[in-house]
Parts: sequence; structure tokens; C-alpha cells
Amino acid sequence: MTLRDILNKLLGRQPASAAKARERLQLVLAHDRTDLSPDLLEQMREEILAVVAKYVEIDFEGGEVSLETEDRMTALVANLPIKRTLNGEIKLKEKESSSSSEKNHEKKNNLSEQASV
Amino acid sequence: MTSDTRVILICSGKGGVGKTTLTANLGISLARKGSPTAVLDADFGLRNLDLLLGLENRIVYTAQEVLEETCRLDQALVKHKQEPNLSLLPAGNPRMLDWLKPEDMKKIVGMLSEQFQYVLIDCPAGVEDGFRNAVAASKEAIIVTNPEVSAVRDADRVIGLLNTNDIKPVQLVLNRVRPKMMESQEMLSIDDVTDILALPLLGLVLEDEQVIVSTNRGEPLTLIGSQSPAARCYSNIAGRLQGEEIPLIDPSQEGNGLGDKFRRLMQTKIF
Repeated sequence: MTLRDILNKLLGRQPASAAKARERLQLVLAHDRTDLSPDLLEQMREEILAVVAKYVEIDFEGGEVSLETEDRMTALVANLPIKRTLNGEIKLKEKESSSSSEKNHEKKNNLSEQASV
Repeated sequence: MTSDTRVILICSGKGGVGKTTLTANLGISLARKGSPTAVLDADFGLRNLDLLLGLENRIVYTAQEVLEETCRLDQALVKHKQEPNLSLLPAGNPRMLDWLKPEDMKKIVGMLSEQFQYVLIDCPAGVEDGFRNAVAASKEAIIVTNPEVSAVRDADRVIGLLNTNDIKPVQLVLNRVRPKMMESQEMLSIDDVTDILALPLLGLVLEDEQVIVSTNRGEPLTLIGSQSPAARCYSNIAGRLQGEEIPLIDPSQEGNGLGDKFRRLMQTKIF
């Protein structure tokens, strides 16, 4: 912390703005780069979940699909905790800790499709 | 020189970040180093490169007349008086919008490539037709941006478009750097911008009032051999473009040297 930061804190002023600029840019670019609107992303999320749900039973509540960007490469990260496969009862409730900051794009899970067959 | 002519697009997406000033100064620098250089103003709707080079009264023809074959290429080229290695070619006339097509641009750049070692294309702002025309004719590109969110965002969009058009290499020039603001972290740092855009840094240009003075006169800083901060940055960039190894200026060290203090003293108004 610099002398300036301390002064800002004491005076109740805002911290230096560069960090804020960086953070806002990274978020806006992750979406610019994919050309995906939040609606399309949500639609894709639902469809991915539906496909996966055909083969394994997944934890819809814990499921997460998001976009992460690093070095001009944007990755679609899907984190889907599996409850069990359709013919066994494997417990794989390992939820990898992903450092995604884009949880805010995840809307409520309104998926009605069940693991059928 | 047809095959090894370097056709370099200078673009930014956002307007007003310094494309035209960089084009003018790089053109002069390269020409001064002995390379026959052409600067092509692809922004014919709102052309300004002529003004920065002090050539606004000498334009008779444009690329348009060359393509229509009403004049020869050498009649349309405006040779710079003090720097005869540099020629300007305006793409078109502000009155003729929607005239140019990507093929036209390719053709004119092809003609320039027969005479010049460097062809610098000053790209219009935006990502519409003017930009697409300019990209069609280019081989490599320099992205100009400022350490500001809107400029970086637009640069990112342009980089994406250049990648899909197979333009390479694409290098970055960070313009209007204010060392003091970077130091107090009120401005995106050099690393912030290069990390976000993931491009190799060709150079940075320090914020410098002399740039405005030089545009007032129509004499680019590199032409008058200025030693002001921006002038040094521009000639460093030209050197690196030609493959010279020149270390980056350290913004935190700027303005502290004895030479800088002396220059500031010389610029103080006495009466």
C-alpha cells in the first residue's frame, strides 16, 4: 500500500482507478470476443446440460457454464458435478474450484428436462 | 522491390488515438533512414494525413484518378519537399464516398509496391467499409491504442478482425502514455495493456505537447529532428520496424534526466 492509498483511505476517497479499469476491460472483452449475447450463452448452457443429462445424472444446482478468457483465447468452461451414472451409483461429487468471476451471467436453472431413458 | 515491400496497416478502431500522427512520423523517420516510403491516406472521407505532413495545398490527383486512368501514379504522388524519400497518396476525394472497393485498394497498393520499400496505410476509424478496404490491401499491421478502456476495447475488436483476415505480424503501439499517472496507478499500465491485448509491443509514445505544436505547423516532429519525448519514441519505433534492437523507454525515468530538465528550461516562457 502506498502513502497515497493510505491517504485515500483516511480521507474516504476512491482507490486508484487503474485496477478498476483492468477489471472492467477483462469482463467486457470476454464477451466481446465470443460475440455471444447473455441470452445465447444461457441457451447454450441449457442445451449442454440437457445433452449431458442423457448420459449421467448431474447436479443442476451446482452446474456452471461460463466463458473464461486468457491470452486472447476464450474457453467455454463447464463444471458439472455428476451425481451418478445411469447404470451405477458412482459418487463423483467433486466440485473443482474454478476461479470464474463470471457467475453473474449464470441465470436460474430453469431446466425441466430430466435424466430419462 | 515488389515482393519485399512492407505494406503496413496503421489502425486502431477508435478515432483520435493517434493513427495519423504515427503514420506521418513513421513515414518521415523511415524516409530519413533512406527507405523509399509511401503513406496512403485510406480515410478519404475525412482525410488529414496531408495536413499533418504540411502537404494539403499540393494535392492535385488522388488514387481514384489513377485507377480511372485519368492520370499516372507519379502525377498523383505528392513528394515531400524536405524529405524526398517520402510520398503521400490520398486514396480519394472527400466528395466521392462509397467509391472505393477492396480490389481498388489492392490494385493501388500493388502499384505503390513497385516503387516503394514501405507502404504505410493510414486506416480510417471504425470497422466498416473503409477499414475493410484498407485491410484487404495490407500484409502486416500496427495497432495504435491509448491506455484507456474504450481505446483498448476497440483495439481488441480490430485485432480479432485482423486475425481472421490473416494479417501478420500485428504489433502494438501504446500512445499518449503519461508516466506520472501510471506511477500513481490512475492509468492502465503498459503491462496491463499488453497482457489484455496479447500483442508484442512495438513501442510506446509519451504524451507530449510538442505533438500539437508540430501539427499546427504541418511539420512532423521527426522531420525537424526534435528531441522531445514523443519524437524520440517515434524514431525508436521506426528503428524497431527496420529490425534494430532499441530498448523501450522506461516511463518512470522520463523527465528526470539532466537533458530533460534543460529542455524544459528552454521551453519556459521568459517574456
